[in-house]
Amino acid sequence: MPVRDLLRTSSKLSPFQPRYEHLLLLVCVLGTVLPLGVDCNPSAENHQNNGTQKKSFPVLSFDYLHVRLPFEIALWILLASLMKLGFHLIPRLSNIVPESCLLIVVGLLVGGLIKVVGEAPPVLDSKVFFLCLLPPIILDAGYFLPIRAFSENTGTILMFAVIGTLWNSFFMGGMLYAVCQIPGTGLENVGLLPSLLFGSIISAVDPVAVLAVFEEIHINELLHILVFGESLLNDAVTVVLYHLFEEYAGVGSVTFMDVLLGVICFLVVSLGGVFMGILYGLIAAFTSRFTSHTRVIEPLFVFLYSYMAYLSAEVFHLSGIMALIACGVVMRPYVEANISQKSHTTIKYFLKMWSSVSETLIFIFLGVSTVAGPHQWNWIFVGCTLLFCLVSRVLGVIGLTSIINKFRIVKLTTKDQFIIAYGGLRGAIAFSLGFLLDKGHFPMRDMFLTAIITVIFFTVFVQGMTIRPLVELLAVKKKQETKRSINEEIHTQFLDHLLTGIEDVCGHYGHHHWKDKLSRFNKKYIKKCLIAGERSKEPQLIAFYHKMEMKQAIELVESGGIPKIPSAVSTVSMQNIKPKRALPQLSKGKEEEIRNILRSNLQRTRQRLRSYNRHTLMADPYEDAWNQMLIRRQKARQLEKRMTNYLTVPANHPDSPTMMRSRLSSDPQGYSLKLNSGNVPAIVVDPATPQSPESMKLLEESSKPGEEDQGIVMRAKLPESSRTDDNVFTPGEDSPKEQRLIRCLSDPGPPPEEEKDDEYQAFLN
Amino acid sequence: MGAFHSRPDENDIRHLAEKTGFSVEQVEILHRRFKQLSRDEDTLQREHLYGIPDLECNPIRTQIVAAFFDKRNFDKDSPQGTVQEIGFEQFLTVMSHFRPLKLRMTEEQREQLRLEKLQFLFNMYDLDNDGKISLEEYRHVVYELLSQNPQIGNESAAIADAAMLEAATICMGQMEPDQVYEGITFQDFLKMWTGIDIETKMHVRFLKMDNTTLCK
Repeated sequence: MPVRDLLRTSSKLSPFQPRYEHLLLLVCVLGTVLPLGVDCNPSAENHQNNGTQKKSFPVLSFDYLHVRLPFEIALWILLASLMKLGFHLIPRLSNIVPESCLLIVVGLLVGGLIKVVGEAPPVLDSKVFFLCLLPPIILDAGYFLPIRAFSENTGTILMFAVIGTLWNSFFMGGMLYAVCQIPGTGLENVGLLPSLLFGSIISAVDPVAVLAVFEEIHINELLHILVFGESLLNDAVTVVLYHLFEEYAGVGSVTFMDVLLGVICFLVVSLGGVFMGILYGLIAAFTSRFTSHTRVIEPLFVFLYSYMAYLSAEVFHLSGIMALIACGVVMRPYVEANISQKSHTTIKYFLKMWSSVSETLIFIFLGVSTVAGPHQWNWIFVGCTLLFCLVSRVLGVIGLTSIINKFRIVKLTTKDQFIIAYGGLRGAIAFSLGFLLDKGHFPMRDMFLTAIITVIFFTVFVQGMTIRPLVELLAVKKKQETKRSINEEIHTQFLDHLLTGIEDVCGHYGHHHWKDKLSRFNKKYIKKCLIAGERSKEPQLIAFYHKMEMKQAIELVESGGIPKIPSAVSTVSMQNIKPKRALPQLSKGKEEEIRNILRSNLQRTRQRLRSYNRHTLMADPYEDAWNQMLIRRQKARQLEKRMTNYLTVPANHPDSPTMMRSRLSSDPQGYSLKLNSGNVPAIVVDPATPQSPESMKLLEESSKPGEEDQGIVMRAKLPESSRTDDNVFTPGEDSPKEQRLIRCLSDPGPPPEEEKDDEYQAFLN
Repeated sequence: MGAFHSRPDENDIRHLAEKTGFSVEQVEILHRRFKQLSRDEDTLQREHLYGIPDLECNPIRTQIVAAFFDKRNFDKDSPQGTVQEIGFEQFLTVMSHFRPLKLRMTEEQREQLRLEKLQFLFNMYDLDNDGKISLEEYRHVVYELLSQNPQIGNESAAIADAAMLEAATICMGQMEPDQVYEGITFQDFLKMWTGIDIETKMHVRFLKMDNTTLCK
């Protein structure tokens, strides 16, 4: 069992030595925590000095109340972030315990500390929660939702979200009511409607908790999207049930009419929320079409429109979460086509940052609220709640899966069902909803809150901690880290078209047919309106290709031209794929002859170049600069060579600045033909590199031992030595045939071998 | 068994169902569709398929139609070449490549199904039947995929080249500079598809086909 192994290894190591970083962190934490509880009132002193008598000018004064609220908010956020830092300094801990558990524990500690200091710890205010802390997390989830996986499994997700949640609520509510009716438990005052209300609050799977735990276990995409999608879409059901039962709990009874209205309300809430989201998403996409001149505020539009969608939905009591998801999903393809690369990065990082901070704060506050909140512990109630939660979840999943599997192509196995059932975590949404209950209508609110917190703790701690070893134990398929390759894209598109075509031949208007129709409609009308300029007509394959090129170019430049994959890199390059078949076949002997002639010519010119430099341009700094430039060009050339291994960038593509500079400063096509025009002291660009076979050959032939490193020293292998000694100046070497080879830049494109072939051909014709 | 009379009898249907793996209802439904497409004749010709209006917007229409008349898809060991017209049995055989997975399938059967489907795909790419997808053929595929957009320029060549390079990298790993990569063989093709569940992706739901929505 991996957990046991971990514990065994950790016990073998020396006892935990508190390093000084941890002490620093602890000091920081204490420093931030204590002021949160301190209630200073120093400004009172200032007010009393009202100018009755002239006193000395206050050089330094202390006025905390002035900044109290923002200060405390900032301190809380700082605390949350420091906690996150701290966990990752303790590696072993973060492997065993998921972050959410640790954060709740920290919250408990902080709450305890504040209580010890004597203050009342702040409780998680529902308004703050729903309006400030929840939206970033949901937006982050919605914006980066994997559309393909989601749309393929929509039916399943909806079944789990709607029917599963309904089943859970009614089962829980009913069973709890039955238990409460048992005489002797002291719970007789819990009526049917309050227990149904409680059931509806506690039965919803929480997206925050699911995200927090599932992100760390890297489970396969199908299961992830099923559980996560369910947690997102059950918001509509929860909202309707909550309002329904809350309204009528006071009245005491629900008629059939009310139930019917409830169903209609559900449809309105969910579809209305989605509609609101789509509306704002389209407006956002349209706005982003015009932002080409103010790139800096592009991310702001994304955030603001999404938040407005959420708030507008909340105004009408529609499902804010569904609005947010719909907005993100609709907005994304058009906005990404319109905004700059930097804005895209900004949006990604801001969303991740905000959602991360929100999540941390939520869990910490949960811990603090546990310490703070009024509790009323009742063993039977809490125990039964816990039991029924688990039972109803398991029964619900099993029952629904047996129905769903009749319609699915990829059936859900027992392992999958177990993970889905086990992954139904409850979280802060349940707590906030419970907190919103009015004490007047619900005298047993405290008991409810206690039960909710217990269930949350149980699911997050027990289920959250054990899900990772269980996933390992059951050998559930993990997420595959495959990079989207261009091949995959081509094949996927081909397959899509093929399946659509077959459906048309069959006459069956199925899934692919409608998807194809939608995408054609999208391309024809919508993209024209929402995407600026040329990009609207760009087909998906080309857009994907450009994106991939850009990504690879950025990676390459970032890594400084060194390929990420070490020596096992493939040596397959373009010349393996498309050798120039147009060349007439020269016999081997003739080729050798041509090579020798050209080699000797090249060397001659190189000697001339060297001598020209040495004699006439004697200034040392010039040569240093020259060498520097050559080294830089060499690096750029290496960069390019590797690029041609990965990509085939046609010549008219916009290149990275390095490549453009290098291409501009050397134009070998023109120069190489001047090889035999001997008298012009032109700078000849030598296309040979250390990797080309002939320079290697020459290098290996005669290497003088004990020589200091002077770069690649090329010893000329000359069949006739008569013409080589004309103007050779060798820097004090013995053999006049030694020269220093200047590695110069050659043109990008086909490797030198082939280029030489071309030139030979041009030569001969 | 070439052409059928207007209504095949029970034995024929059952025989076909066994051979191709469809259920009896599916065979009947497909037979009705066949009749509709071929305008009540006994054999189907290319013009009949080209006449389907929905198929016109499909960029790879020619290749799909060609796949129906490609002998390689009728039988595993059949010779290469194309035919001019097909009967119902061949129609059904081609359609059977798109059967979904059955729940209780052994590993071996799954593997078999996977190979069949991938062979079908491979045949669609490999136009000249030489067992390899050359660069030209690949370029043709990409060109077809992009054919609905007017301004492709030489992008399709670049994309196909990059894709080929990737395929070669996956399949061959290390190559000398003067080795030539002829094309993607079927084994290489299998390698490229290792991560993806073709059995689940390449299927059409034959269960519910409403004949009333069938077009001309």
